[in-house]
Amino acid sequence: MLALQILVDGFAISALYALGATGFTLIFGVSGVLNLSHGALMVLGAVAAWAATNELHAGAYFAALFGIGVTLIGAFATYFVVVRPLQTSRAIPKEETEIFVLTGTLLWGIMIQELIAYLFTDNAKTVLPVVEGVVNILGVRTPQNEIFTAIICWVVIGVLWLIVNKTRSGKAVLAASMNPRGVTLLGFELSRIYIAIWAIYGVLAGIAGVLLGMFLGVSSYSAGPLTGSAFSIVVLGGLGSVSGSLVAAYVVGYLETVTAYMINPAYRFIPALLLLVVVMYVRPQGLFGRR
Amino acid sequence: MITRHHLSIRQALLGGAAALASLFAAAQAQAADPIKIAVIAEAQAIAGKSIPQAAQLAADEINAKGGVDGRQIQIISYDNKSSATDSVRAFQRAVSDDKVNAVIASYISEVVLALEPWAARLKTVMITPGAASNEITKAVHNDYEKNKYTFHGYLTSAELAQSVCDGAKDILVNDRQMKTAVIFSEDAAWTTPLDAGYKECLPKIGLQILDHIRMSPDTTDFTPIYNKIEGEKPDVMITGISHVGVQPTVQWKNQQVPIPMLGIASQATNSTFWKDTNGAADGVLFQSVSGPGVAVTSKSVPFADAFNKKYGNFPSYAGYTAYDEVYYISDAVKRAGSTDSDKLVAALEKTDWEGTIGRIQFFGKEDQFTHGLKYGKGLITGMISQWQDGKQVAVWPPEIANGKIRFPSFIKAQNQ
Repeated sequence: MLALQILVDGFAISALYALGATGFTLIFGVSGVLNLSHGALMVLGAVAAWAATNELHAGAYFAALFGIGVTLIGAFATYFVVVRPLQTSRAIPKEETEIFVLTGTLLWGIMIQELIAYLFTDNAKTVLPVVEGVVNILGVRTPQNEIFTAIICWVVIGVLWLIVNKTRSGKAVLAASMNPRGVTLLGFELSRIYIAIWAIYGVLAGIAGVLLGMFLGVSSYSAGPLTGSAFSIVVLGGLGSVSGSLVAAYVVGYLETVTAYMINPAYRFIPALLLLVVVMYVRPQGLFGRR
Repeated sequence: MITRHHLSIRQALLGGAAALASLFAAAQAQAADPIKIAVIAEAQAIAGKSIPQAAQLAADEINAKGGVDGRQIQIISYDNKSSATDSVRAFQRAVSDDKVNAVIASYISEVVLALEPWAARLKTVMITPGAASNEITKAVHNDYEKNKYTFHGYLTSAELAQSVCDGAKDILVNDRQMKTAVIFSEDAAWTTPLDAGYKECLPKIGLQILDHIRMSPDTTDFTPIYNKIEGEKPDVMITGISHVGVQPTVQWKNQQVPIPMLGIASQATNSTFWKDTNGAADGVLFQSVSGPGVAVTSKSVPFADAFNKKYGNFPSYAGYTAYDEVYYISDAVKRAGSTDSDKLVAALEKTDWEGTIGRIQFFGKEDQFTHGLKYGKGLITGMISQWQDGKQVAVWPPEIANGKIRFPSFIKAQNQ
């Protein structure tokens, strides 16, 4: 019974982790940017969806779309206000750009987090669920919302796979992640690929944030841990590897769930972090890393 | 002729003197220093946000009626961002730079415990509107001369546990024949004495304790905890939560955990809780000291309405206490005829003030909870409310109740 419970609960949370980490790893793969404002952007989407329901009296679907839209704008703002100016700045030596971008996005994330706390308090908010009620899966009472979360995550990941592998612009993105110079030689504008990738990222982070808001609820405090878990998953799976991130999301998700059920919910994050340390020693490129 | 002339000089002199005197008095009233009260609170948290707002409302009311002996009340607010370090810095600044006469501080016990030594060192009166730990008053009792500047303007954890048990005895044990409970509280300074209180009083009222769960305030997924509790089949969960609130409530509803919750849930006392949980709060039972539309005293409803009119929402529990505190600090200044800290302490100890939460009197030097609020009939009893259809409905004690308990359909407990 407990095993079934863990199986069902772990699946949904892992799917959510997978979705959150996919966008994160895609950005790194293509443009070498580790976006540390990731968690804050997810929280932004969830809080925007909450505000749409409670301040603008919108329905559940509109609120969800609104949240995703706000995260998309947030993602573009991150790129155009923080990342791009740092990348193109002549004042910053080329070899230090990555550190500047890392610090820049970290500070940007803190700004977003503080702004949310200032406007909406730092207490948790929850997004109005699109579906409500519970169903019985093999004797485990499961909220329909949880099943909905898992389904949406996998559908979105599936659509992303199709875009990247089957469409021309998607293939260009994939190629850019393997060899940016080669793509430019083929006549693709790298800056346009970057914009496309940030757009995809914004939508993915938005969906993940809104779903998390429906499933567990988020507060401005969640920003740090969310960035942290995305970071761990991506490093574990291999930086830049989407399939690695998907596998790692399930490893981390289940490890956390097992810990929460079998040991103590207070320790849920610890084993995954220990695993991360071990992986860094034994296989620094991650499970599916290329370098 | 001479007499008349003489008289008119006298009249002129008298008139002049009177005019001079009144001019002098007016000038003096204008120059009278304001009574400065610092408010150090968690402006970014649901429970803390009401504290400076309520204090300002009280000050505005007092000032509109002419202040205290011609002196205006000035509120100076500091956002402590829920941090003890920021609070200590704010306390130092309030006393040395802004020269405040008294401090109203925080709803978090850890913060108040960090400020208590500073109230002693800087010899400045400090009253907390919302922290609960027994340690606050214990320190005053153990070293009175040093810590006498600290007052506890909210119920201690021990009293909160007692209030929950008093309510639970009537509405759960007598009315619904419940027999078993699980204590479900967050790991924090204020819940250690609260849980000890629960463990002592729950068996006495006839609720057997099946388990005692202390969860980390960082918990985001409560599923494993609810799963464990459900397996133990208690009739009720007795809560002690303040730092968390929205997430356990929403997940309780989403997962349709069939066990009712009753206890201390600080976030539930604020009127925005319904919105924050998207209505998942429906059916949650919580202890409080006052609430919208509930006439705990004649002052409760007018205050809650005025607050709602000014800020667009009803105050959290700490709003009621902060409002009362500004009033009884002013009352103490008036009685002491001074803002001198030692005189103020002596005057505050003699406080007998009808506030929005009941009759306010402090325990004395020899009592166990020195400078804590006295609890009991005719003083403060607390109340139990339930969220129903977006409203906080008072369900206990019967004298002030304005509705009956009603559980959402997924709760197995019987409605009466």
